[in-house]
Amino acid sequence: MSNKVYWRGYEELTNDVEFVKNADKEFNLPAEYDPSNPSSSLENLSNNRRDFLKMLGFGAAAVSLAACETPVRKAIPFLNKPEEYDPTIANYYASTYFNEGEYCSVLVKTREGRPIKIEGNTLSSINKGATSAKVQASVLSLYDKERYTGPQASGKPSTWDVLDKAVSEGLSNAKAAGQKVYLVSETIVSPTTQKAIAEFATASGATHVQYDPASVDGILSANLESFGVRAVPAYDFSKAKVVVSFEADFLGTWISSTAFSRQFAQTRKLINGKKEMSRLFAFESIMTLTGANADYRKAIRKSDEGLYVLALYNALTGGGAVAGVKDAKLIEQAAKDLLDARGRSIVVSGSNDKNIQLLVNAINNFLGNYASTIDLGRPLLTKQGDDAKFASFINDLSGGSVGAVIFYGANPVYNHPDADAISKGLKSVPLSVSFADRPDETAVLSKFVAPDHHYLEAWGDASPKKGVYSLTQPTISPIFSTRQAQESLMKWVGRDISYYEYLKANWKSTLYSTQNWYNNFQDFWNYSLHDGVFEPSGNNPRKPADETLVASVGAAIVDAVAGNKTFNFAGDIPSATSAVTAEYGKGGDGFDLVIYESVAMGTGSQANNPWLLEMPDPITRACWENYLTLPKALAEKLGLKVKEGKTGLVTLTLGNQTIEIPALVQPGQHAQVVGLALGWGREVTGKAATKIGKNAFALLAKKDNRLQYFRTGAKIDGKSESYDIAHVQTHHTVMGRPVIQEAKFNEYLKKPNAGRYYPVVQTAEGEVPASTLSLWKAGSVNDRPNHSWGMVIDLNSCFGCGACVIACSSENNVPVVGKQEVLNRREMHWIRIDRYYSSDAKHGDFSAMEDPSDEPEVVFQPMMCQHCNNAPCETVCPVLATTHSTEGLNQMTYNRCIGTRYCANNCPYKVRRFNWFSYPKNNDYDYNVNNDLGRMVLNPDVTVRARGVMEKCSMCIQRIQEGKLNAKKEARRPVDGEIKTACAQVCPSEAITFGDMGDAQSSISKVIAEQKDERLYYMLEEINTKPGVGYLTKIRNKA
Amino acid sequence: MQVTSDVREPLVTGGKTLKDVTNDICRQVEGRPSRSWIIAFVLALITLAYGTYCLMMTWFVGLGLWGLNKTVGWAWDITNFVWWVGIGHAGTLISAILLLFRQKWRTSINRAAEAMTIFAVLCAASFILMHMGRPWLAYWTLPLGNTYGSLWVNFNSPLVWDVFAISTYLTVSVVFWYIGLIPDLATIRDRATNKVSRLVYGTLAFGWNGAAKDWSRFESVSLILAGLSTPLVLSVHTIVSMDFATSIIPGWHTTIFPPYFVAGAIFSGFAMVLSLMLITRYVFHLEDYITYAHIESMNKIITLTGSIVGIAYITEFFIAWYSGVEYEGYAFINRASGPYWWAYWAMMTCNVVSPQLFWIRSVRRSLLATFVISVIVNIGMWFERFVIIVTSLHRDYVPSSWAMFAPTRYDIGDYIFSFGLFFTLFLLFAKFLPVINMAEVKAIIKSASEPDPHAGSKASKLGGKEVEVTDSNH
Repeated sequence: MSNKVYWRGYEELTNDVEFVKNADKEFNLPAEYDPSNPSSSLENLSNNRRDFLKMLGFGAAAVSLAACETPVRKAIPFLNKPEEYDPTIANYYASTYFNEGEYCSVLVKTREGRPIKIEGNTLSSINKGATSAKVQASVLSLYDKERYTGPQASGKPSTWDVLDKAVSEGLSNAKAAGQKVYLVSETIVSPTTQKAIAEFATASGATHVQYDPASVDGILSANLESFGVRAVPAYDFSKAKVVVSFEADFLGTWISSTAFSRQFAQTRKLINGKKEMSRLFAFESIMTLTGANADYRKAIRKSDEGLYVLALYNALTGGGAVAGVKDAKLIEQAAKDLLDARGRSIVVSGSNDKNIQLLVNAINNFLGNYASTIDLGRPLLTKQGDDAKFASFINDLSGGSVGAVIFYGANPVYNHPDADAISKGLKSVPLSVSFADRPDETAVLSKFVAPDHHYLEAWGDASPKKGVYSLTQPTISPIFSTRQAQESLMKWVGRDISYYEYLKANWKSTLYSTQNWYNNFQDFWNYSLHDGVFEPSGNNPRKPADETLVASVGAAIVDAVAGNKTFNFAGDIPSATSAVTAEYGKGGDGFDLVIYESVAMGTGSQANNPWLLEMPDPITRACWENYLTLPKALAEKLGLKVKEGKTGLVTLTLGNQTIEIPALVQPGQHAQVVGLALGWGREVTGKAATKIGKNAFALLAKKDNRLQYFRTGAKIDGKSESYDIAHVQTHHTVMGRPVIQEAKFNEYLKKPNAGRYYPVVQTAEGEVPASTLSLWKAGSVNDRPNHSWGMVIDLNSCFGCGACVIACSSENNVPVVGKQEVLNRREMHWIRIDRYYSSDAKHGDFSAMEDPSDEPEVVFQPMMCQHCNNAPCETVCPVLATTHSTEGLNQMTYNRCIGTRYCANNCPYKVRRFNWFSYPKNNDYDYNVNNDLGRMVLNPDVTVRARGVMEKCSMCIQRIQEGKLNAKKEARRPVDGEIKTACAQVCPSEAITFGDMGDAQSSISKVIAEQKDERLYYMLEEINTKPGVGYLTKIRNKA
Repeated sequence: MQVTSDVREPLVTGGKTLKDVTNDICRQVEGRPSRSWIIAFVLALITLAYGTYCLMMTWFVGLGLWGLNKTVGWAWDITNFVWWVGIGHAGTLISAILLLFRQKWRTSINRAAEAMTIFAVLCAASFILMHMGRPWLAYWTLPLGNTYGSLWVNFNSPLVWDVFAISTYLTVSVVFWYIGLIPDLATIRDRATNKVSRLVYGTLAFGWNGAAKDWSRFESVSLILAGLSTPLVLSVHTIVSMDFATSIIPGWHTTIFPPYFVAGAIFSGFAMVLSLMLITRYVFHLEDYITYAHIESMNKIITLTGSIVGIAYITEFFIAWYSGVEYEGYAFINRASGPYWWAYWAMMTCNVVSPQLFWIRSVRRSLLATFVISVIVNIGMWFERFVIIVTSLHRDYVPSSWAMFAPTRYDIGDYIFSFGLFFTLFLLFAKFLPVINMAEVKAIIKSASEPDPHAGSKASKLGGKEVEVTDSNH
């Protein structure tokens, strides 16, 4: 080792001061580069190589960072996990849906703190676990990214403080100026909200006006006149043997259709040894679900409705024939059946004419129905709108005497025929406030918007029927800066309340005392909140069986729930009769325009909901807009060729109103009637629904201030332009095929397998049933060591409402594809409800068989994957992406699918759906799964399918798995009914029975055992696919 | 060793000598590309480019760009696939079956026919890839080892049979074609005047030196491959037909499909060979090699297979009625009188009526008539597949799901892609490889050196004449 030291220069050796100073600098340059100093040139840069590299590195990093937008995903773990909360385990909270007069007690399924699915609450005596499509879809409305994110002032975002101050001042100014203050709402069914409104009204001098876009003011007024009760009575269709409906679509949209469907279904089921069936007569101008399910249906002219009701009244009471009723045969038959079923029948009318409703009341009174099937003592409270009061509001508004108006859950600028007057009047009102949670026609004209919570974020209660109460509880903390409307109201009159406390206090003071089986209020509150419903007189599970306890309940509740009060009919029949004879039958040569609620859209408050927009109408099977339904004769006269969804535009002229609208030919519609659905043509709402279809509210007529849902004297002219309406079904008849098997009730009584089709095959050994021949070894019970899942669908109690379609979409993350893709016949629904019309043609004349009859019989058939045991799809998949489980399910392995579509081609039921595009995160399909908020509705238990793979009904395998795991954790077998598919759960008429066919005690096994030689059939038995889904024949109660 | 009969028409006219054959056929390969070739090639490339654009769009955006729907899951994609596979049948039939049947006239056309086969099968294969929802996973249809345990292909699925059938057919066809090319490649190598040609053709010729041993091995391999290919001619379209026949869709579920499809395939394959050869003959001045006799023979086969296909159509109808199956009966009534009636009657006119014109001698010896009918036959055969696939699917069992299919620009564009691919490949082949099998043609002309004084007419000499081919290099 040498200790020699080398030095770089003389300076180093001498430790020169200047040298030492710069020794650690690489290039030993004197001056620093100062960018702000122009005199320091780059040549003087010190450490410039490193800086260059730094700059280069920074530049490269900056460029690449800017180039790729790194998604920021935050997963924040719980530091303190709430006790009741386990990731991946769903929690259910009881709540209440009430919108557009539709009430359902519901259970809200939440996962990881977000509601993802609505289920019916079986504890409710009203809907008994049933929900409708609109209720199912309401969870998606929560995640609408077009909701207001906070309060608005003059159309611009504002703050609650600013808004509160301005509104309070506005209210006191109005009061001081002696101007009128209005609170306009649709029917408020919540007793606590009514209390809050009353307090608000007292403090602010406001008048509360309720109206219903689908008004039943005629019924309310008629009942007031007949019985002194301004209410809709509670109907119980389950007790009715004969039902006659005049234009009342009680299975589709009328008043409380979900509950009515469940009731009516009880009378249509022919299982469990029951051999009795109700008979339904429908007199209607357009085809509705009620008419479609009627045993006898007659197409009548809407402007003749009163005459038909009168004819029935006369036929029952022995009055003479009514002029103008050309063919009274069916009326006479209905009268005969009604007389045979006195006290066990219901006659209803959908008319909003008091005189007709008076006649209907008289009929029901004559038949003695008020004591049994119709309950006025405990009426429904879901429709309380007063058309006359609303008319006076409009008068005041136009007169300029209104100082402030508050719209609470009301959008009259859209859903009222006097929208023009309202919007004009609103301009001169000093203070206008809307509680709308998303933009609507009224909110954008209001000075302030104080967005209310969505019901899934809110506290609330409801009393849909006298003596029946239920609670609404938040299932997610408010997504946006919204505020409970009741709190806002109180705040504006100077009261700071927590609506939760207010609600609790109200229940404590009014309801707690009406029971005596909870010892303290906290228990009462907790259990009521847990159950969602509180029904002092109903089947409350917590109510002791000991009736003496109930008997000792305080006097107040006895009065409130008393159903035994006698009501004496006091209607003025002669004047109603003369009014009806004077006003009806005057349709003339023009067409009657019938304006109806569609099953999906209702009155349009949930219009911006892609699930509902894409929900095919149960009757027309069209979606994504409304259209004018035409009778076939008119279409022929206009030269309108309708084929495969292709149709034309027509112009509808009514007085000075003219609209241009696509036409749809509707079999079964009266020849002088055209129909148009409400709920469409929104001018201001979210992106999906704005300016889709035409607004029919503008065409409503008024009689005695009551909204009339028809107009006479419509003129229809054809236009040469062609137009495409998106249909999911363009072929309307069953072509004589045994996919639908049906019989008449008397045939069924004689021979329970009437209408069944047994395919046979000729062999060398003679004729044998087609299903006995197979290439495969016959399966045995041993193939299914554990479970054997299956389904039986009763065609007799499926009314076609389509709730299952939306429930399935919600449960299984079925994408929405939009109008163009539906036109391309690529809707993705896993379950569909095929609707067939009967044809008059002779079998064999195939082109004539394609045409439905003018007055067709209708049948609905829910169709989903049939889970065939000899599945044609399974054998043809080259990569085994679809296989059979040991529990009898046909399963899709999305990951394995390469997308040859052979399975879909080979599926005789055509239930497989292919992902033609990537639907999530695709701007071409800008629906809920294209934004983060909308994606929150996705069920995390179900894969979101990628482009290029096939999908189909899995029989809710995730629910089966969950049920099995729950049972396993408790070391038991799953109990029958514990596992339900989404479609079976939602079905208002309980037409779908799902269960384990391997369990002899399950309800499905019992149905199969009872019906296998009677009504049970499998689709296309002749091709021997051995489906796991069976159907029970359709039985029509007619001669 | 070849024997020609004096009572037959000579297969090659114009009194060609062996040297003439070499010169005539090598002219294209060795010379500069002709003007007409360049124009054709540019057109083919433009077609291919447009088709590739459409294809890329379908791959990047999704199959929704096509007109398919929930009811009609296959339409133009599988129609085109079956159509191209059908066209691809003529090559093997000509080179294998006609070889075994000692049909000497096949020698002038077998090379081009085989090339056409390969290109047609490639086009067909492109539709297999194209029609998949996730084409990047196409290799999952192969029984490859994997780490997923027992995950395997489904040997029950006709699509898996298809994969085997098509890949086998393609492999054997390529090998057969290439082996046949070797002597000719050697000829070109030996005549090459520049290094590049010598190197390329020399490499491709696998060191062929024309020795007797080479020829002996060549003949043996050709025979073996002919033997191997023969069943393939029948099997490929049989298996393709099973894509339909093993399904349960009325109109597909038919036992007649295998023979019916094979006949149809030969029918369309011959028509395509005729269309192409008539153009090649004209453009490359090969009138002496592809003679009226060739054309007439091919037309006779077209008439035969066309008639078989016609009988099959009628049989289907009869069975649909005779079986008494409601769905089957309706499927056929719907074909003839439903919304796609025009496709059905186009098929009937093109496939059943038009080839019957060849019963007239003047028609079957008319170049123009032959060309027109050959194109019509291929249009008809395309419609046949369209009719089978689309009209069966669009109205099957459950009327609620009945739907219509209409093509989009991408359906059409992807079909155009296959034409672009086919003609690009075929033109490259026509330019750079001998379109007529020189070695085999030399084996059938009468003499190595002496010009035939009766060129174009029946030979006057009685008895056979032996021509020994010992050298490919003239």
